[in-house]
Amino acid sequence: MQTKRTIFPEKGLPYLLVAPQLIVTAVFFLWPAAQAIWTSFRREDPFGLNTTFVGLANYRRLFTNGEWLHSLSLTAVFAVSVTLLSMLTALALALAANRVLRGSRVYTTLLVWPYAVAPVVAGVLWWFLFNPTIGILSYLLSGLGIAWNHRVNGNHAMILVVLAASWKQVSYNFLFFLAALQSVPKSLVEAAAIDGAGPFRRMRDIVLPLISPTTFFLLIVNINYAMFDTFPIIDATTSGGPAGATNILVYKVYADGFLGLNLGSSSAQSVVLMLIVIALTFLQFRYVERKVQY
Amino acid sequence: MRLRTAILAAGIAAIALPAFAQEKVQIQWWHAMGGELGAKLEEIATAFNATQNEYTVVPVYKGSYPETLTAAIAAFRAGEQPAIVQVFEVGTGTMMAAKGAVYPVYKLMADQGEAFDPAGFLGPVVGYYSDTEGNILSMPFNSSTPIMYYNKNAFEKAGLDPEVAPRTWAEVEEFSKKITESGAAKCGFTTGWVSWVQLENLSAIHDRPYGTLENGFGGLGTEFTFAGDVQVKHWENLKRWADEGIFQYGGPVGGNDAPPKFYSGECAIYMNSSASRAGVVNNAKDFEVGFAPLPFYDDVTAEPKNSIIGGATLWVLNGRKDEEYKGAAKFFTYLSQPEVQADWHQFTGYLPITNAAYDLGTSQGYYEKTPGSDVAIKQITRGTPSANSKGIRFGNLAQVRDVIDSEFEALLSGQKSARDALESAVRRGNEILREFEASNG
Repeated sequence: MQTKRTIFPEKGLPYLLVAPQLIVTAVFFLWPAAQAIWTSFRREDPFGLNTTFVGLANYRRLFTNGEWLHSLSLTAVFAVSVTLLSMLTALALALAANRVLRGSRVYTTLLVWPYAVAPVVAGVLWWFLFNPTIGILSYLLSGLGIAWNHRVNGNHAMILVVLAASWKQVSYNFLFFLAALQSVPKSLVEAAAIDGAGPFRRMRDIVLPLISPTTFFLLIVNINYAMFDTFPIIDATTSGGPAGATNILVYKVYADGFLGLNLGSSSAQSVVLMLIVIALTFLQFRYVERKVQY
Repeated sequence: MRLRTAILAAGIAAIALPAFAQEKVQIQWWHAMGGELGAKLEEIATAFNATQNEYTVVPVYKGSYPETLTAAIAAFRAGEQPAIVQVFEVGTGTMMAAKGAVYPVYKLMADQGEAFDPAGFLGPVVGYYSDTEGNILSMPFNSSTPIMYYNKNAFEKAGLDPEVAPRTWAEVEEFSKKITESGAAKCGFTTGWVSWVQLENLSAIHDRPYGTLENGFGGLGTEFTFAGDVQVKHWENLKRWADEGIFQYGGPVGGNDAPPKFYSGECAIYMNSSASRAGVVNNAKDFEVGFAPLPFYDDVTAEPKNSIIGGATLWVLNGRKDEEYKGAAKFFTYLSQPEVQADWHQFTGYLPITNAAYDLGTSQGYYEKTPGSDVAIKQITRGTPSANSKGIRFGNLAQVRDVIDSEFEALLSGQKSARDALESAVRRGNEILREFEASNG
């Protein structure tokens, strides 16, 4: 097998070509990340007038603090729910859209729309639908005997943010699943059908394995989405409440750092968050990828 | 040759003149007043700019109170701070501890030779913003205190006298029941700012300590003590009233859901800042509004103490040029004038900051013409303030209030009893105080 390699005769040019990307990464990622790590070892007042090096005290406090551990478990519940809900819904919709003979482009376009909605708007939209006083959904729920109130009930609030976050992500997953399904060779599916495999069997043994690279990719993207990009949804709807029931890690970093002005602890939390994501991605590539058939 | 010189001179003049023309010193003023309050604030700045031609005060709207404070702190760290920033009362502890960042107002006025007499200001307002030696550290601007608003039409419909507001919490319960049972309104009462109104002010009014060391005035080593019997009893009642449907929760922090509940007639009684008056009067289209002091427990105290203030003051930050401070001092003198103060107070419902502004309003007949406009000032000046009612001073109070909100929500959802919720709030609040003490000590 031949590998294609481009050899630059001059040493400077390749570096020059990747420089824009490297500079952007350094300025917007490496430098702030380094600052976060540095700040996480210190304790300082908001104005930065008194600073003391405290070693690992900020971290120690996190791991002995029930509130942070609670937030950690909430984040796990939230990320898993959002990922499962948005991926399963998207897969179901993609399967349906893939079978439609006429007008599939119309369906596709309609299903992709929510992706164009800003997270804040998505959050506020669902918040309105479920508003205990004026929301249409809470009105319908009260007809079923459910007194919906996400201001007081933590489970209701969690359901609300999971719905809003998933709804927005379904479109993205849908697009990828649809493309993957369309690339499944018809001949394989037909051959299996001739051999007497029912729809469920064909799905399990042919389609799912063939789209597993996409599924794997979406899994990573969705978990990262749920852990980081859902900040605006939380901020616009529940602000982490009630009673901290939707205070996921990324929101807590913001609340402690920018509202509470406790920079040391907030930095320590963001460093831990960064480590969690690095670990997750590593695990996924290392172990999950092995089972994925390309 | 001559011509050339003339051209040169003209050129120099052309360059130099605009510089002369815009010699006015710009003074940045970051604030958190949106909507009608913001427009009024800009009016004040414009009026000041028109009174002289040396300084221009430039008001910049920076979002909510916490956002404004965060923006100012971030700007200070980057060396881009404004000369004047409006900080809410919750941020007072944080600002007072930041000695190197703040230019105390009493010192500013003395340095710039502006007359400044603390005795001219309302006692409770001055007390809240002075250090232990009695020096005013920030310029009082918009101070408020919570009062009670009620729907007179709903009272009438329920067979109550619309001119008689509930005086005690027992009456609030009794009236609310009549109102909900008669169908005059769906709920009895709601409140904004649970932490401020139903805990901080509750403690002050009933002369109960909120924290040790004179509610935090005595130093950073203070600890919370607000899980006392009165507070526990009150929160138990609130929970019971919420279950019975006569009290509705309006959400955390300011309680954004509370005002619409009152405006729409859903709740007949509404407790919130006196500065909500303009909004209430504008929005209560279908009914007449009554104003009254906050209720109290008459089995706890016969003579309720004064309530405590909220709102914001103007802080001056270090690190600007001297001429800007001169302008800032002149601006503060302008702000303290009775006419300016009275105008702001009467327009917004904030307290008149100076005695002169209150006297001016009285002589104008304002309080007679506008019923309810003096409820706040009477409530905040009644009786002799005790150590428990002169105010509170804690670092990171914004965070503590978030804790209180979340514990209150845990109470409402039935996860905790009132005592557990308050004790847990005290414990978590104390952790925050120790953190603050450690980083500012």
